[in-house]
Amino acid sequence: MNALIFSIFNGALYGLLLFMLSSGLTLIFSMMGVLNLAHSSLFMLGAYFAYSISTVVGFWPALLFSPLIVGVIGALIERYGLRQVHKSGHVAELLFTFGLFYVFEDVVQMVWGKVPVPYEIPESLDFILFTWLGLGYSAYRIFMVLISLGIMVALYWLIARTRVGLIIQGALSHPNMVGALGHNVPRVFMMTFGFGSALAAVAGVLGGNILGTEPAMAALLGPIIFVVIVLGGLGSLGGAVIASLAIGILTNMAISYDLSFKTFFVVLGVNPEAVGVGKDLIAMTSGSIAPILPYLMLVLMLIFRPRGLFGTRDV
Amino acid sequence: MIQLLKTNSVWLLALIVILVSPLVFSSGFNISLMGLMGIMIIFALAYNMLLGQGGMLSFGHAVYFGLAGYFTIHFLQQMESGSIGYFPISLLPLFGGVVGLFFGVLIGFVSTRRAGTIFALISLGFVEMMTALAFILISFFNGEEGIQGDRFIGPEPFGITYGPGIQVYYLIGVWCLIAMIAMYAITKTPFGRMSNAVRDNPERAQFVGYNTQRVRWLAFSLSSFFAGLAGALYALHFEHIGYQASGLELSGEILLATYMGGIGHFLGPIVGAVLFTFLKGTLSDLSSIWYFYLGAVFLLSVLYAPTGIAGLILRHEPVWKTDFRLLGKMALPYLGALIALVIAAAGVIALIEMINFATDEYSSGTIIRIYGIGVETRSFLPWLAFGIVALIGTGLCKVTFPIVTRNWNDVMDTVKERMLR
Repeated sequence: MNALIFSIFNGALYGLLLFMLSSGLTLIFSMMGVLNLAHSSLFMLGAYFAYSISTVVGFWPALLFSPLIVGVIGALIERYGLRQVHKSGHVAELLFTFGLFYVFEDVVQMVWGKVPVPYEIPESLDFILFTWLGLGYSAYRIFMVLISLGIMVALYWLIARTRVGLIIQGALSHPNMVGALGHNVPRVFMMTFGFGSALAAVAGVLGGNILGTEPAMAALLGPIIFVVIVLGGLGSLGGAVIASLAIGILTNMAISYDLSFKTFFVVLGVNPEAVGVGKDLIAMTSGSIAPILPYLMLVLMLIFRPRGLFGTRDV
Repeated sequence: MIQLLKTNSVWLLALIVILVSPLVFSSGFNISLMGLMGIMIIFALAYNMLLGQGGMLSFGHAVYFGLAGYFTIHFLQQMESGSIGYFPISLLPLFGGVVGLFFGVLIGFVSTRRAGTIFALISLGFVEMMTALAFILISFFNGEEGIQGDRFIGPEPFGITYGPGIQVYYLIGVWCLIAMIAMYAITKTPFGRMSNAVRDNPERAQFVGYNTQRVRWLAFSLSSFFAGLAGALYALHFEHIGYQASGLELSGEILLATYMGGIGHFLGPIVGAVLFTFLKGTLSDLSSIWYFYLGAVFLLSVLYAPTGIAGLILRHEPVWKTDFRLLGKMALPYLGALIALVIAAAGVIALIEMINFATDEYSSGTIIRIYGIGVETRSFLPWLAFGIVALIGTGLCKVTFPIVTRNWNDVMDTVKERMLR
């Protein structure tokens, strides 16, 4: 029982990180219709900047400045990159961000080296906050949950309750009208892109020390956040919340329980004897297939409900 | 007969190039590299059936390439162990194509329901699944090591054993020519035209009475067939296949090669595949960060040359069709711009190499050899020198590029004038 709660907690934590990544991506996507394939690279940059800043002035300034730097980088990408290729259509935009992904990976390797950097949990939060049912809950993880929940609420409030949010929403659906009302729509786009990038960087600052800060981290997490936003329904923030948590908890449970298909057969009362691929299939455990679970969900979702969980239209 | 030769002169030329190249570049390395070029040409053309002709951006087309390769190796293994009868090695690529077609039909049914961004995302999902499966179904994919086969088996028709590399090269050459002709023919069929229509205006194509999903599905399946053919040749060429050949890495590479070659013209992917394979074969030894340059050039290509190399060349078609001498007007500006570009690139590349050298924990010492000169990375002077070179080059670019544009506009005006006359 306590193991179950613990694994749900860790899964939810991972899910919240995924949400922070996918919320920025969803915002950008619903705004410009462009999927930023380099979004996870910005997450990686966030983690690396946090590492560099925290070695000099500590974790707390890093939590502030790393997202700021990455936000500016994001705004520059929109201003001098995406805006130029926009006229060539969506495929060109996708290709551009795909190229960025390659370049960022190599830039990171050039600046910080090819091996993981020792980005550690800050000492001030590196203790067990409380023990519940025999398992210790680290203060840093609780802190992560609080920050991500805070961002989730703030984001909702910003989009739904403020004037800025209204302008953003308007620019999404009626860019010409919003422009006619005197708002600088391209600048709104640029700001949103920067803001989404900063959100990714926050996830990088918080998650980099748990997931490991290395050049491959963008490639590891990138495809999963795309799964999240398709599962949740493109452009739906609420869907992104549910999908992130579902994927986080599901993959975490699959790994921590590590159920074998063989036990499943044994429970059924058959003792399968197979060779070759069949043997591999039976030997599969839920832990070993955890990496493909998100993609399996993606394919099933696209077959049975193409609009995603909360999408308003077919994707 | 002469008429027939005339209309097919391009293919005749291709045949001659394929036949003569190994006589000119006869070293073992070159023949192997050219074989790989042939494989990549087929793969890039197959990929362009999706991206260029069908408007479908796939991040995972290596799945069909790789699966066909795995099946081919298994076929060879089974043949060697005697559990299946003899099948001519020369025709194995056809088997690979059928494998590619099978998986293309299967996966295409799901993934071609949507075009655009969603199609791209699904392809990404499938390629990730494929890579993960390679480490789960060990007995078939054998994880990190991959699987090996022996092409040197069975009877030897006409003394063809596929022992020496040159024989495999000619096998690839023949299949490459056949595939090129077949894929070119497909672009001329009503289906090929329909594929373009679905790319450009799906709603209208639907309105005319075509099922856009079915057109995409067919294009996807055919493309997977040729990708599979290339994959089988790849497996025969290396007698080995691993998870890299079915994963994101190769999928990305074929995308880059095809795009930079030019997706708007049939020649584009061919140019791209040859150039890419050549650069990868040579540059990756010279610089440890050649992927960075690749990505940077790709970004520049998306920003400033979305038509690719073939597009840049074919832009001049109306000029040389009007008057060949007009091209002479462009020669000097082009030369100037090229020199400026080379200077700028030389400076920037040197700086990047120095940064990379200084930060790479595996580099030994502090002296790096750039352009044949030993450069001390810890002193300030070389940084300044190369920085100045880069600045001068950029400045020259700023001067020469507008001249190119101006001359080009002049030439185009002349062309238009002559056309109207």
